[in-house]
Amino acid sequence: MSHLPDQPDPWAFLQSHTSARIARGRTGHSLPTRALLDFQLDHARARDAVYSELERDTLLTQLQVIQQPVLQLHSRAADRQQYLQRPDLGRKLDEKSLSHLHHLTGVSGKSAQGFDLSIVLVDGLSATAINRHAGAVVSRLVEEIRALGWSLAPLCLVEQGRVAIGDEIAHALKAETVVVLIGERPGLTSPDSMGAYLTFGPQPGLTDESRNCISNIRPEGFPYEAAVQKLLYLLTEMKTRRLSGVLLKDEFDDNLLTP
Amino acid sequence: MAYRCTVRNFTYHFDDLKMLLAKATPLRSGDQLAGVAAQTAEERVAAQMALADLPLTTFLNEAVIPYETDEITRLILDTHDANAFAPIKSLTVGELRNYLLSDEVDAPTLTNLQPGLTPEMVAAVSKLMRNQDLITVSAKCEVITRFRDTIGLKGRFSTRLQPNHPTDDFRGVAASIVDGLFYGSGDAVIGINPATDHVRTVVRLVDMMDQIRQRFEIPTQTCVLSHITTTLQAIEQGAPVDLMFQSIGGTEAVNSSFGINTALLREGFEATRALKRGTVGQNVMYFETGQGSALSANAHHGVDQQTCEVRAYAVARLFEPLLVNTVVGFIGPEYLYNGKQIIRAGLEDHCCGKLLGLPMGVDICYTNHAEADQDDMDTLLTLLGTAGVNFIMGIPGADDVMLHYQSTSFHDALYLRDLCRLRPAPEFEAWLLRMELMNADGKLMPVKNTHRLLQAAGL
Repeated sequence: MSHLPDQPDPWAFLQSHTSARIARGRTGHSLPTRALLDFQLDHARARDAVYSELERDTLLTQLQVIQQPVLQLHSRAADRQQYLQRPDLGRKLDEKSLSHLHHLTGVSGKSAQGFDLSIVLVDGLSATAINRHAGAVVSRLVEEIRALGWSLAPLCLVEQGRVAIGDEIAHALKAETVVVLIGERPGLTSPDSMGAYLTFGPQPGLTDESRNCISNIRPEGFPYEAAVQKLLYLLTEMKTRRLSGVLLKDEFDDNLLTP
Repeated sequence: MAYRCTVRNFTYHFDDLKMLLAKATPLRSGDQLAGVAAQTAEERVAAQMALADLPLTTFLNEAVIPYETDEITRLILDTHDANAFAPIKSLTVGELRNYLLSDEVDAPTLTNLQPGLTPEMVAAVSKLMRNQDLITVSAKCEVITRFRDTIGLKGRFSTRLQPNHPTDDFRGVAASIVDGLFYGSGDAVIGINPATDHVRTVVRLVDMMDQIRQRFEIPTQTCVLSHITTTLQAIEQGAPVDLMFQSIGGTEAVNSSFGINTALLREGFEATRALKRGTVGQNVMYFETGQGSALSANAHHGVDQQTCEVRAYAVARLFEPLLVNTVVGFIGPEYLYNGKQIIRAGLEDHCCGKLLGLPMGVDICYTNHAEADQDDMDTLLTLLGTAGVNFIMGIPGADDVMLHYQSTSFHDALYLRDLCRLRPAPEFEAWLLRMELMNADGKLMPVKNTHRLLQAAGL
C-alpha cells in the first residue's frame, strides 16, 4: 500500500450550512488523522487560554494613551487550580488589594465624592481575551466617556477574578457604575471571547440579574466598535434610569451595527 | 441522629444522616465547594465504615431534607413499596453491596427490588462501591423502553443524534442530522437543544424534524429540548411532539429554580401521552439531570451532590421515561474537577439510575476549563459500554457548536459498537440495512453521492 490519504465524506458540500464538524470522513470507525489533529489543536488553544496570564506590561503600554492611573489587584484565589474549583474566592479581593483600595479612597479627595464610572479588566477564564481585545475597547470607550463629561475611577487590572469582583472594587472606589471586561470560558473555536458586564450601583453581593452583559467581543464575533457603541447605550440608559440588569430592557438594535 | 466510627482510638462523629452521606462520598470539587466533603482521606473511609454498618431501615425513618418542606422527600417516602423492600429489610448498607454483587442477584431480582429502594439507599451503597462494582451492578440491570423503537435490550446500544446549531438554522440542523444518520446515529432520539426557547422556533423545529422522519420512515423519535411550558404551548398549537423534555433536580428548591414541580411534569406527561404518537410503546418523557445542579442553584440543603442527583431519579421514575440522560461533565470543574471525578460520577449516575429502574444514558462530556480531555471521554465511554449504558450522545466531531462543550461523536458510538459488539435498536438496525447504510455484520457501508438521504439536506 503506497498511500492512505484522509478522505472526507461525499456530503462534505453540506459544510457550507454549519460550523459543526460534519463529513470528516472515517478510517474504520475512527476519525482520519488530520480531522483528529485539527480537533486537538483547537482544544489545545482553549486549554492554553484557560491557563494564560495577563500580559501586564503590554496592557499598561497600550493603556498609556488614556492617561489614567492603573491599579493592579488580585482575588483571593491563590492560583489557577484554586480559582477553577472555588469561584467564591475569585469574586473577592485579597487583603492586600482591599487595603490598597481603602488607602486610596481614604487619602484622595476626589474619590470622597465618587466617580461616574469604574472600568475593571479581569482575566476570568481567558486572559488571552483581555490581552488581545481590552486595550482597543478600553481606549475607545474612555474617549467616548470623556466626551460625555463623565468622571472615571482609576482603571483596575485584576488577576484570578470572576465577574462579581467588579462590584466590590467599584463599591470601594465609590463609582456609580462599573464595566467589567473579562475573558469568557473558551470555546473550542473561540479561545479569546471577551465579555462585558455592566452594573449600576455596584456593591458586594449582587448577582447576575443586576447586570447587563455583552458577550463574544472579538473581531470574529461582536466587533470592537459595535461593542463600544452598545456599552455607551447601556451606560447612558443606566445613568438615566438609575438601574441595571433584568429591569433594564435592552432595546439596542445590534443589526444597526452590521454594515 | 448522630453516627460515629472509631479508627485506631480516634472517634469520628457525624451529626446526622446527610453529613454521614456527604463525608462518605468519594472526593469531588462540588462537595468541597459546598463545605460538606470529608476533611481528610481517613475521615472519608471512617464515614464509609459507619455507613456500611447502617441498617437500610434508617433511610425510612430519617430524611436528609425534611418531609414537611420538600415534595421530593414526600414522594420518596410516600411511594416506598414495603413488599418489594421485604427481602432486604434486615440488611445494612454494606450488606446491600454484598447482596447486589452476589451471584444470586440477576436482572429480574433487581427489577423486583426497584420499588423497595429509595434514592438515599442507592446513593449510600454506591458510595461504598469502586468503579468496578458500579459497572458490575449496572451490567446486571436491564431497563427496556419503547416509543417507535425498542431501547435498552441486552447487546444493543443507542445514540441521541444531537444536531445543534448556533442560530437554529434549518439547513445547518439538517446537515448535522444527515451526517449522523449516515453514521448510523439517532435510534434513541433525534434531539435538538434550541438556541432560543421561543414557542415559534420550537414548533418549526419539531415540524421540520418530523418531516424528515416521515419522509425516510425512520423508526425513531424526535425532540426539541425546550422548557416543559414551551413544549406544552407547542402541543396546544398542534405541533407533532413525540417526547416531552425537561431538566430535573433532586430537591423541590432546585426544581423551583427550573420553573417546574411534579404537578407540572404530570401535566406535560399526560398531554404528551394523549397524542398517542408511539408505535411500539408509549414512554414519552425525556429527562436530563447532572450532579451539581442543586448546589449551583443554592438549593442543596447541605446534602452532597451525588445524593441530590439520585433523588432526582425518584422524580423521573414517576413518569416511565423513554430516556434519562445524566449530563455528567457539563457543569464545570467547580463541581467535577477532572477526568477522574467525571468518570466516577458518570459510572455512579448510570448505576444508581439503573438500580432505580431508569433507562439511563450518559452525556459523556467536559468543558474546556475542566481538567479533562478526549482521552478521559474515551475511558468513560469504554467503561459505560461494558456497564451496559442505554444510550450516549452523537454529535458531529464531538464538538457542540451551540452549547460549547465536547461530548461524544458519531465515530465514538461506532467505536463502542465495534469493540463491545453492540447493535442499534432492532427497528432502527433494520432501517439502516434497508437504507444500505449498514451491512449485516454491523459495519457502515460506503455512501454514494446519489444516496436519497442527501435529498433531505437539499431542502
